[in-house]
Amino acid sequence: MTVLVIAEHDNRNLNGATLNSVSAAMKLCSEIHILVAGHHSRTVAEQAAQVAGVAKVRWADCEHYGHSLAENLAPLVVELAGGYSHILVPATSTGKNLAPRVAAVLDVAPLSEVISIESADTFVRTIYAGNVLATVQSADAIKVITVRSTGFDAAASHGGSALIEAVEAAAKDDSARFVSRELTRSERPELSAARRVISGGRGMGSADNFRLLEQIADKLGAAVGASRAAVDAGYVTNSYQVGQTGKIIAPELYIAVGISGAVQHLAGMKDSKVIVAINKDEEAPIFQVADYGLVGDLFQVLPELSRELDKCGPSRGEERT
Amino acid sequence: MKVLVATKRVVDSNVRVRVKADGSGVELANVKMSINPFDEIALEEAVRLREAGVATEVIAVSCGAAACKETLRTALALGADRGILVECDEELQPLAVAKLIRVLAQKEKVELIILGKQAIDDDSNQVAQLVAGLLGWPQATFASKLGISAGKATVTREIDGGLETLELNLPAVVSADLRLNTPRYATLPNIIKAKKKPLETMSPEALGVDVAPRLKLLKMTDPPKRQAGTKLASAAELVDRLKNEAKVI
Repeated sequence: MTVLVIAEHDNRNLNGATLNSVSAAMKLCSEIHILVAGHHSRTVAEQAAQVAGVAKVRWADCEHYGHSLAENLAPLVVELAGGYSHILVPATSTGKNLAPRVAAVLDVAPLSEVISIESADTFVRTIYAGNVLATVQSADAIKVITVRSTGFDAAASHGGSALIEAVEAAAKDDSARFVSRELTRSERPELSAARRVISGGRGMGSADNFRLLEQIADKLGAAVGASRAAVDAGYVTNSYQVGQTGKIIAPELYIAVGISGAVQHLAGMKDSKVIVAINKDEEAPIFQVADYGLVGDLFQVLPELSRELDKCGPSRGEERT
Repeated sequence: MKVLVATKRVVDSNVRVRVKADGSGVELANVKMSINPFDEIALEEAVRLREAGVATEVIAVSCGAAACKETLRTALALGADRGILVECDEELQPLAVAKLIRVLAQKEKVELIILGKQAIDDDSNQVAQLVAGLLGWPQATFASKLGISAGKATVTREIDGGLETLELNLPAVVSADLRLNTPRYATLPNIIKAKKKPLETMSPEALGVDVAPRLKLLKMTDPPKRQAGTKLASAAELVDRLKNEAKVI
């Protein structure tokens, strides 16, 4: 049994979610290959070769893989699929876009956002916004799976020495063309990978007020997130959204500020190790999942929190590795 | 240009679902059902294209039990021109639904398929991508903006790091994200008018599609519950607990 993991990357660096998918692959077999398809992506192939547990990197470098468009990636994955029992793809926006397209061509039923692997054909995934766990069995010859990163520890990014094998590019599909990308720039850690996250909801009241969260985020070395209500209200962009249809994260510390805690939001953060809720409504559902709750006006609590963090020493902002 | 939209009948987003005692599924008796919210957004976008004179006809499709007719009536009240129910009492999985949509899209010669990005019951987020793969059409998933001109669709997508814009040749498949639009409400006159709009029923067999499930559900269970913790009195106490008790800062 050989498993193919599709690398997520930006042609320069391997995205951390790939490491969680490699770790999921280890539960299935001993032979793991990674596909790196990109443009000018040699450094990514080299990083993939160092991931612990990877036997081979299959590297397809071609202009039409530069923007990770599913129309071009899917035929490549389909060409390679015959040699594999499972194809694992990180459940990122790129992975979720790609995996079902591959499965359609292979005529297999894809499995989305798997959080646990019970055996080679049996998997656990969440449904109903994380309120139900479904254990499902696939009879398809090739299992196409997107892997939810919070379900699997990251594999070590170093220690491996896989062979890099160049793969011929598949034919170009011109039916979709990349126009532009506007990425949210931030000095803070990436939301999906951060160990600490502070999120704001509708209670923040305005985009300006998110600065209060940013100040605390900087003191904690945390990423900033948001509920759907805050994104819909235009306080922050979609890349901040945590929840059923946004990012699903499980940091060590999650601080929810002015977020009531709709099930759709809880779906995105309830596996966090420690949850803190700050909300003026003591009946807010967020308190039912919070380890620590502070009932109060966030405009008083946040400046206090900021001062208290200043008092408690310089080690707080360091990211533990 | 004809536009096809699929609408799924799902447990309403405000219902707290319960797993049946035997783990065979969730309790659906006497539970409020609604049109999947993402499908409502997809439908709204299609109706706006018709109102703008870009689309000529909006066809709403629903696949499932006879009760999906209600969902289609809602879609018709919201502006779809006609409805097609693919009636099937067996469980329909995303791949089967995608195959049904493929056949209907070919039969109706649609040039654009707009689907919700995911159904809020099974959270699969697959059908649009599957349909695009089956048809070999370009796809733009998680759309937050859609424009059509000169045989091309320009779509802005919500991706992990921000936004991405793609240009697709038509025919194409688009999946709607939350911020594509704000759907309208069905007005009473439109609900009445919807009763007169055409609604056709067909079977998967008539469409020549094998809808047998590929995935077998072994069981459903409740996820581990989190216990509510402690309410604290001050930010100072919070910092102290995080530092000395939880040891996360």
